[in-house]
Amino acid sequence: MKLDVNGKVHQLEDVDPATPLLWVLRDLVGLTGTKFGCGVAQCGACTVHVGGRAMRSCALPVAQVRSQEVTTIEGLSPDGSHPLQKTWVELGVAQCGYCQVGQIMSAAALLSAVPEPSDDDIDAAMAGNICRCGTYPRIREAIKLAAKDGAK
Amino acid sequence: MRAISLLISAVTLASPGCQPEPAPSPPPAPPEAASDQGLAAFETVYSVLQHPRCLNCHPAGDRPLQHDDSRPHGMNVLRGPDDAGHPALKCSACHQQANQGLAHLPPGNPAGWRLAPREMAFEGRSPRALALQLKDPAQSHMTLEASIAHVRDDALVGWGWDPGPGRAAVPVPRAELVAAFQTWVEAGAPVPADEEEAR
Repeated sequence: MKLDVNGKVHQLEDVDPATPLLWVLRDLVGLTGTKFGCGVAQCGACTVHVGGRAMRSCALPVAQVRSQEVTTIEGLSPDGSHPLQKTWVELGVAQCGYCQVGQIMSAAALLSAVPEPSDDDIDAAMAGNICRCGTYPRIREAIKLAAKDGAK
Repeated sequence: MRAISLLISAVTLASPGCQPEPAPSPPPAPPEAASDQGLAAFETVYSVLQHPRCLNCHPAGDRPLQHDDSRPHGMNVLRGPDDAGHPALKCSACHQQANQGLAHLPPGNPAGWRLAPREMAFEGRSPRALALQLKDPAQSHMTLEASIAHVRDDALVGWGWDPGPGRAAVPVPRAELVAAFQTWVEAGAPVPADEEEAR
């Protein structure tokens, strides 16, 4: 099985096609930035982009990815320079940090689809990403700030 | 004809022991009989369309429903401009091409996952309102014949009979629903009276 991750094609052997993409990324490709949270697409920690769209990798059979490009947090930018990565640092969004990869990937999908999101857009795009530390106000501000940066 | 029929009924009811004279030859079935048959068939159709497997994706408003108690979908999931989710949180973020083997995982379908058009809400519709809605192409977005094909052939509709673990399947067999829908349509798609009117 071939899997295109962050612009690099990986040849994977003996993969059960029903394996969730998350475990292929973490255990076989070796990219551990993407986190396991709930395993049932309820928390958003495992969010990656498949074909440019935010997907819950814990509930996505790898066979369904086919030739679509997968983007993980490691591939969002080569050097942490994505507007969201910068505003996340600038505003100190993370507390424990466990959910933040998923948060940033959902936020990046939001800004791709809606470059200048309203509060309602942010609520609609981000409500599937749970943060036990309750960093939601800073997440919202970081998204708005990144949108402004992106519009410059 | 209806007045005569009602009169006969009234006489029969008023005099339970008095049987009317048998007619020399059986008359053709009056339209009321076909209509009654159609209304009975529509009861079956209505019961299925109000089942959570149908209702949950035919909500009133922009929030899908979920589970067997048709509660609002978690995570502030919204209809979006194409009925398949907000542009940044599509239904397909979680709902894949097949059911997964365990309860509490998002169900899936090869035909994709989406809501019915807002105008075609089943939630909160009385039998009368739903019948009128099904007959109005502006709301149903299809003819009655196409509606029959929808319940007979649509893959996402078919999921209602194979919803995966942890969800109640539609209890009326699909073929029975299609037959009832056909019966209702062939009877002229009679519209039930509202309960208030019926009293």
